[in-house]
Amino acid sequence: MNIPFPDLRPVTPEIIMTLSATALLILELIFKNKGVLAFIGILAAAAVMYIMPASMGETFGGMFISDSYSIFFKFIFIINLILTILISLRYIQRQKAEYGEYYSLLLFATAGMMLMASAKDLIILYLGLELMALSTYILAGIKRHDVKSNEAAIKYFLLGGFSSALLLYGISLLYGMTTTTDIYKIAEHLKATGVTTTLLLSMILIAVAFLFKIAAAPFHMWAPDVYEGAPTSITAFMSVGPKAAGFAVIGRVFYTAFQNIQTDWTTILIGIAILTMAVGNILAIVQTNIKRMLAYSSIAHAGYILLGIIAGTTEGLNAMMTYLFIYAFMNIGAFAIVIILDRGEELSDYEGLAKNRPLVAALMLVFMFSLTGIPPTAGFIAKFNLFTAVIKAGYTWLVIIAVMFSAISAYYYLRVVMNMYMKEMKQEAAIHLSPSLSLAILITVLMVLIIGIMPSMVIG
Amino acid sequence: MNPQIDKMTPGSYIPTDYLPVLIFMMIAVAFGAGTLLVGSLFRLRRPYKEKLTPYESGNPPVGEPRYRFSIKFYIIAMLFVIFDVEAVFLYPWAVVYNKIGLYALIEMMLFIVILLVGYAYAWKKEAFKWD
Repeated sequence: MNIPFPDLRPVTPEIIMTLSATALLILELIFKNKGVLAFIGILAAAAVMYIMPASMGETFGGMFISDSYSIFFKFIFIINLILTILISLRYIQRQKAEYGEYYSLLLFATAGMMLMASAKDLIILYLGLELMALSTYILAGIKRHDVKSNEAAIKYFLLGGFSSALLLYGISLLYGMTTTTDIYKIAEHLKATGVTTTLLLSMILIAVAFLFKIAAAPFHMWAPDVYEGAPTSITAFMSVGPKAAGFAVIGRVFYTAFQNIQTDWTTILIGIAILTMAVGNILAIVQTNIKRMLAYSSIAHAGYILLGIIAGTTEGLNAMMTYLFIYAFMNIGAFAIVIILDRGEELSDYEGLAKNRPLVAALMLVFMFSLTGIPPTAGFIAKFNLFTAVIKAGYTWLVIIAVMFSAISAYYYLRVVMNMYMKEMKQEAAIHLSPSLSLAILITVLMVLIIGIMPSMVIG
Repeated sequence: MNPQIDKMTPGSYIPTDYLPVLIFMMIAVAFGAGTLLVGSLFRLRRPYKEKLTPYESGNPPVGEPRYRFSIKFYIIAMLFVIFDVEAVFLYPWAVVYNKIGLYALIEMMLFIVILLVGYAYAWKKEAFKWD
């Protein structure tokens, strides 16, 4: 039995990503100037972006699939990677965390996410998830001499380890029932065997692991501590990438493998979504640290995005993907503003910012409006699009709840704006401007405004 | 429908293929327990203080057994695990090498090259230096 050569075209993006990450690890030993590594990372990401549309197909014996669904998610991951590198350059120098491994790990994490989005087999999915998770554990703790960063890493690692174990348990039960790990073949087998308690148990175990990755309540406990302790650039990276990857696998596994128990998982996810929106929005109100506030806000957004999965329609899935795409820009934009300020981690640091730094305040205003969902920003389009799809699927009451929580969210987002524009300045706010950071902010703010004014760009 | 699935319905399927493993485990337990039992029946019993110390002919233990190890041990342990796993993967590959052909050779070379990158990295980062 000779194993035939697989068709490598569908995996070229992943191959390039992994090779560049490995190369960066070696180049790190040679180059003293870490900016070169960042540049190589961006080049690799750009190359991947360029060849990705041509990488459609299935390979490795049907374990790996590159379709329009996965390619869209990969675009989000690549955008996330490029923006993160841009906002990291000067910031990690300031934080004394400028290690070459930083960029290598960012690329490895992105490669893991790409594998997750393309997995047609639960084993590949698990490997991708671990590659992403292990890299982000290290990145969260990359400020080695900072106790909070260490705490973030160890918390994320321990809880992430538990969730991986649950995922493996769920997968093994599923394998025991169907004798396959192929997501599509599992669906076929399950249609023939019908609903059993074991199937429900395995679905719940797998759901817990995925919901942990997207930081949905009640599996969100790690998020505020990890987001606060990790370097801000990594917080931005984690709040978009792993979340989008989590939604990618939820979409793939639940819509395909668990098709015949859709009513069961929809019921569970409805409860989770409502709880997530409640916990995220209500606890965000009492935060005084802006990174913690944005952590709870990202929990709340995970709740909204879950509605797209609950809808159970193609429209719902599309709206979910659009939401994640827009969320990447507005969230990284907000974190970029936190990074640009010398002291920007506490809410009180923003008092009177508008008088002192009118442009920075105006940009923050755009991102906060977008996160709230106020037109003409992209955040409004994202929410409007998502809620329309969910109403069409027949969950009007759920949308009413989501809109109510969205109104609550205005309180804490607009409090930042109020601090900037209506409070007296306490002290001059120093800023750290660099070309790469300016470029990142320019890209994000332009995307937020352009999508807000011309939504046809991303919808349809 | 896959006939194997019917066989694997919980409760009705008995994995007879694994019966030798079960018998082997039982023999192993019986052998160990039996040896200890026979020994305790026939040996002389004359305990005195020196004989009951943990290391009869060694140094008497000093201090608590639990203390913090140097982090260097962990680095060595982790590096050992990585290259140990590499060796474990090489064995089954080498056993069926004749049957699986060129593709498997390329795959294995890739695997080793990636590990070599890690090795070079660890070397350059002085993970192997004790001081």
